[in-house]
Amino acid sequence: MIAELGLAALWLAAALAVLQLVAGALAVRQDAASGETGIADLTRPATIVQGVFAALSFVALLYVFAITDLSVKLVADNSHSLKPMIYKLSGAWGNHEGSMLLWVTVLAASGALIAVVERRLPERMMQAVLAAQGFVALGFYAFLLLSSNPFERLPIPAQEGAGLNPLLQDIGLAFHPPTLYLGYVGLSVAFSFAVGALITRQVTPEFARAMRPWVLGAWVFLTLGITAGSYWAYYELGWGGWWFWDPVENASLMPWLAATALLHSTSVLAARDALRAWTIMLGVVAFSMSMLGTFLVRSGILTSVHAFAVDPQRGTFILFLLAIYIGGALLLFALRAGAVSEGARFSVASREGALVVNNVLLSAILAVVLLGTLYPLLTEAFDVRVSVGPPYFNPVGAIFALPMVAVMAVGPLLRWRRDGFGRIRRELALMGAVLVAALILVSLIGEVAFLPLLGLALAAMLALASVMPLRGRNLRRVPIATWGMVFGHLGLAVALFGMASESAFTKERLAALAPGEETTVGPWAVTLDQIAPAAGANWTAMEARLSARLEIGDPIVLTPQHRTFWAPPQQTAESVLATRWNGQLYAVIGNQAGATGAGPERWQVRLWWKPFVTWIWYGGVLIALGGALALIGHVQADWRRRLVRRKAAARRQEMGREQPT
Amino acid sequence: MRSLCLSLVLALFAFAPLAAQQSVPPAPFAYRQLDNPGEEALAQELMETLRCLTCQSQSIADSDAPMAGDMRHQVRIRIAAGESPEEIRSWLMQRYGDYVSYRPEVSATTWPLFAVPVLILIAALAIFRRRFARRA
Repeated sequence: MIAELGLAALWLAAALAVLQLVAGALAVRQDAASGETGIADLTRPATIVQGVFAALSFVALLYVFAITDLSVKLVADNSHSLKPMIYKLSGAWGNHEGSMLLWVTVLAASGALIAVVERRLPERMMQAVLAAQGFVALGFYAFLLLSSNPFERLPIPAQEGAGLNPLLQDIGLAFHPPTLYLGYVGLSVAFSFAVGALITRQVTPEFARAMRPWVLGAWVFLTLGITAGSYWAYYELGWGGWWFWDPVENASLMPWLAATALLHSTSVLAARDALRAWTIMLGVVAFSMSMLGTFLVRSGILTSVHAFAVDPQRGTFILFLLAIYIGGALLLFALRAGAVSEGARFSVASREGALVVNNVLLSAILAVVLLGTLYPLLTEAFDVRVSVGPPYFNPVGAIFALPMVAVMAVGPLLRWRRDGFGRIRRELALMGAVLVAALILVSLIGEVAFLPLLGLALAAMLALASVMPLRGRNLRRVPIATWGMVFGHLGLAVALFGMASESAFTKERLAALAPGEETTVGPWAVTLDQIAPAAGANWTAMEARLSARLEIGDPIVLTPQHRTFWAPPQQTAESVLATRWNGQLYAVIGNQAGATGAGPERWQVRLWWKPFVTWIWYGGVLIALGGALALIGHVQADWRRRLVRRKAAARRQEMGREQPT
Repeated sequence: MRSLCLSLVLALFAFAPLAAQQSVPPAPFAYRQLDNPGEEALAQELMETLRCLTCQSQSIADSDAPMAGDMRHQVRIRIAAGESPEEIRSWLMQRYGDYVSYRPEVSATTWPLFAVPVLILIAALAIFRRRFARRA
């Protein structure tokens, strides 16, 4: 019953998306013709109710997963009655249909949110924006309803569910996809704004100011989602890697890169009325990357182009949607770009100049990641299989990323419109000194590869440069948005330091230990105390008791497990991390070591000492914090501006009334 | 179903080695480092750039799959025997195809991977020139 209600809610939401699209589109046209707005009154309510129905549908899915309704095919295929409740719920989006439902729910909810709160823009543009949002939603409703119905019933209910992949039975699944989707799909708002602005030909600073909070919000969630996903992969996969240049990871990185560029060019548009066409273009590209990511992950094309060709229904559908939305938006852009003038001019040594350079470099990184991700799929279609991995992405990405970091350090010190490097030569000299000092210092420590070396030095320079805009200012009067920039840039420096340090200084130790034996990794001495069985709700495990100790201080006890799940049957390594301010000790217990005749039983123990590895994720969190501060700052400033305007209008009215007397 | 039974049996005899699920024990150097740290570093660097063929998007340095273990063993013993990492890479590529290496080589099928970034670089410089040169 609940499943049917969920499906009905989904159909109703789809119908409302049609209404939203038609009403919005008619309103835009009518307005153009005569100025009548009768039908326009329908658009906002339709958008809001659509959001409510989508949310209801998602709640219904959560409910059938919570009670493990095994007559629903999706539940039977992906859940199990013995799973802990949190994983039953998170299992609702740990599969294709459920995650697509989450996707459209976020899409509909963000549409509803703009319909409720966004009143700054000209109403005609809002009608176009909401129509665009409805149009996008409609395609994905069609996809869900026609080819991926999450509420499909089984003719005969299953006896027991097939279970959820044990790797996904982790708290990471509860948070990572929803956060990431809020970011992914939040970018749909930027897309709709861009389309709305193109349709009504109003690319103005007001438009940029209205769009900016939405971009910032999506970007914050995207940052958090990627950070969380990276940490999740790091501790869950059990080999200490935190970024694999896996296509699925790239699919989340690409929208982030586009959104970062969009964010900065939106700032230029808002502050200086420049980069109009470029901002619109990035708005289209950012969400296109989200949709492309969805296509890559959801079509099955990543496992193999040929797997996609065997069961092409879903993939073709998404590809079709992709073609309509991206192609349509780009066509609109091509038709209208002529009408959108470039905007104000500026010189190279200016804030805008630096932002343009960074924008181009970010786009270049995006292009490299896109190429490296899609190229293997392309060649595979011609039966040539190639792999593109870290040895490609790291150096080629660095060609563009390292100059970007350098420009990022200098840019915030420059003034808008026209400035000279001479004015900030002292700051530049200081940065150069730090860079050189860090290079020398790190080279003295030991042999460090070229890229990590540059990364460490640039991180030091950027960290210094990112707080320089605060120099000589009364810290209490620095605008919140400026704090946002400082934290965002500092966060990138911190993350870069963590990445470079991890890659330069990690120590690995693989050992086959019998209970009582000791090994070392980096500064740690680790002893295997004992091995004992352990059990959980749906798994059994061998649990190792390791005591790890530094030269001074008490030993700490680590208990990594080697788990065996039985639904579905699979083994996973549950790593244990001991976090210190200067790094993490990463411990994994593997299988019993190959029996070599006599002697005690030995167990595979894998240990890593990763100096400052946690800074990668602290940096990610700082970046997101910076985004959140910028969001708060801009919304607050905007709110104050409107308050002042309202007061001025009220006073003017009052004066108007007084004058006749 | 068979593996399910097996798991249950294992659950009963929880002390029985889980390794019994693999028909053959892993090769000696799958989970063992070379004694010479320099050689181990070379091996590690190479292993991080080789694809585990039975996994999805993992290098052989990041995988528990038996095949990844065998390949790690191969890499380590060959490094220890004095082969250079590039010799081992080309040996593996002969055996398993180019797909096994995460580092694309410039060839008739992969040249765009290298040409496009160069084009992007040129395009970026051109954009900067056009935007800034006149007023510089």
